[in-house]
Amino acid sequence: MRPRLIPVLSLDSRRRVVKTVGFDTRTYIGDPFNVLRLFNEKAVDEIVVLDIDATTDGRSPDPGFIAELASECFMPLAYGGGLQDVATCETLARLGVEKFVIGSAATQPGFIAAMSRCFGAQAVVSCVDARGAGLMAQAVVRSGRQALQVSALDHAKWLQDSGCGEIILQSVDRDGARSGYDIELISTMSRSLSVPLIALGGAGGQDHLFEALAAGASASASASAFVFYGSLRAVLITYPSAEDVNRMSERLVQLQRQETQQEMA
Amino acid sequence: MRVSIVDYGVGNIAALLNMFEYIGVEAEAVSDHAGISRAEKLVLPGVGAFDRAMENLRSRGLVDPLNEAVRVRKLPVLGICLGMQLLADHSEEGEQPGLGWIEGAVVRLDPGEARLKVPHVGWSDIRPAAATVLFPVTSTPERYYFVHSYHFVCRHAADVVATISYGDDICVAVSKDNVYGVQFHPEKSHRFGMRLLTSFAGV
Repeated sequence: MRPRLIPVLSLDSRRRVVKTVGFDTRTYIGDPFNVLRLFNEKAVDEIVVLDIDATTDGRSPDPGFIAELASECFMPLAYGGGLQDVATCETLARLGVEKFVIGSAATQPGFIAAMSRCFGAQAVVSCVDARGAGLMAQAVVRSGRQALQVSALDHAKWLQDSGCGEIILQSVDRDGARSGYDIELISTMSRSLSVPLIALGGAGGQDHLFEALAAGASASASASAFVFYGSLRAVLITYPSAEDVNRMSERLVQLQRQETQQEMA
Repeated sequence: MRVSIVDYGVGNIAALLNMFEYIGVEAEAVSDHAGISRAEKLVLPGVGAFDRAMENLRSRGLVDPLNEAVRVRKLPVLGICLGMQLLADHSEEGEQPGLGWIEGAVVRLDPGEARLKVPHVGWSDIRPAAATVLFPVTSTPERYYFVHSYHFVCRHAADVVATISYGDDICVAVSKDNVYGVQFHPEKSHRFGMRLLTSFAGV
């Protein structure tokens, strides 16, 4: 199984790709079509596009815009932001969206189950926004402004039981920090889930991407690690080369072998 | 030669049309008897649950025209993802019978290792069982994108044309006569998918 590395593009209400820090301060990255084309050329594993203002603005997804985005993607496309009914998602599915990222709407009674029945669990991805660290991290929604009064870990388990096929764990505190993922929470959560866990929030480079995979994440996602270069955060679209990914893959296999030996010993 | 993509309300039609356009193969979506009757080559996509897909095919009156096209007219057909699973006789996921074009059953993934999750989501190097129309070159490994919780178990080993390792070796591509199926998503697998769809278009 190859490591899965996923660039995440956050769009604001003016359809610009932006990068946030702590869900707050924003840096302009570029035009979504240019950025997508660059990632397409780099043959990325998968791409996640999130409209981070949709829920706050009370906007529904624009099918014409999403059809244009999807036509640029010869890789799997996950879309999130303002999704709260099955009919809208059916339209988007026809336009080329593979996966739906559900955030704030996940707590609507029956919504996740209905999505899963319609599209299959594999198309339903829930994003758990976690404020705080490790096992103390709390689940929040609405761009981090509203607490759900439940731990991130319990919320993730509930989402899995409701019918999600994948969980994105996003650390609010580490968003844009480029200092590494919340490894403790990733490690615990991935062991508690049977569905794949995608780590998001905190990566600044390839070493961080590897650390999340080594801790048990099925995929490492990031915006910063793929759009910024150097300590001054120059905007540069990058992606690990095939050789880099192979090395990562070999290191993971070695690590798993060591863990298996330790368990047996 | 034109490729007709069966549009029966499940599956990513746009992604397939996009990729066929990109590789310069004429393609159209067909959703009724007339469309299937004039087809020269078929792609059967599919995402979601087995029963819902079969019910959609039935309620739209597509099963008989598809059987006629594939069994009588012997048109080449490529099932993708759930579309591949529909080629089987039946599936553990549902109660409905499948199309039964390739003998076998669809069973749930059970990799038996905690780190191998279900659904299996991500890229895997496939191993062609032999040089075939779908995989003419066996020297360079090809990588494809997978999203699935079930997999095809062929009754006859000869119908298996590619496998991956996911806990056990599992079958991810089938072919028999004019019927082809792949568990992965060529339309989402960059240049590897372009190569495969070009090969199928040339059958």
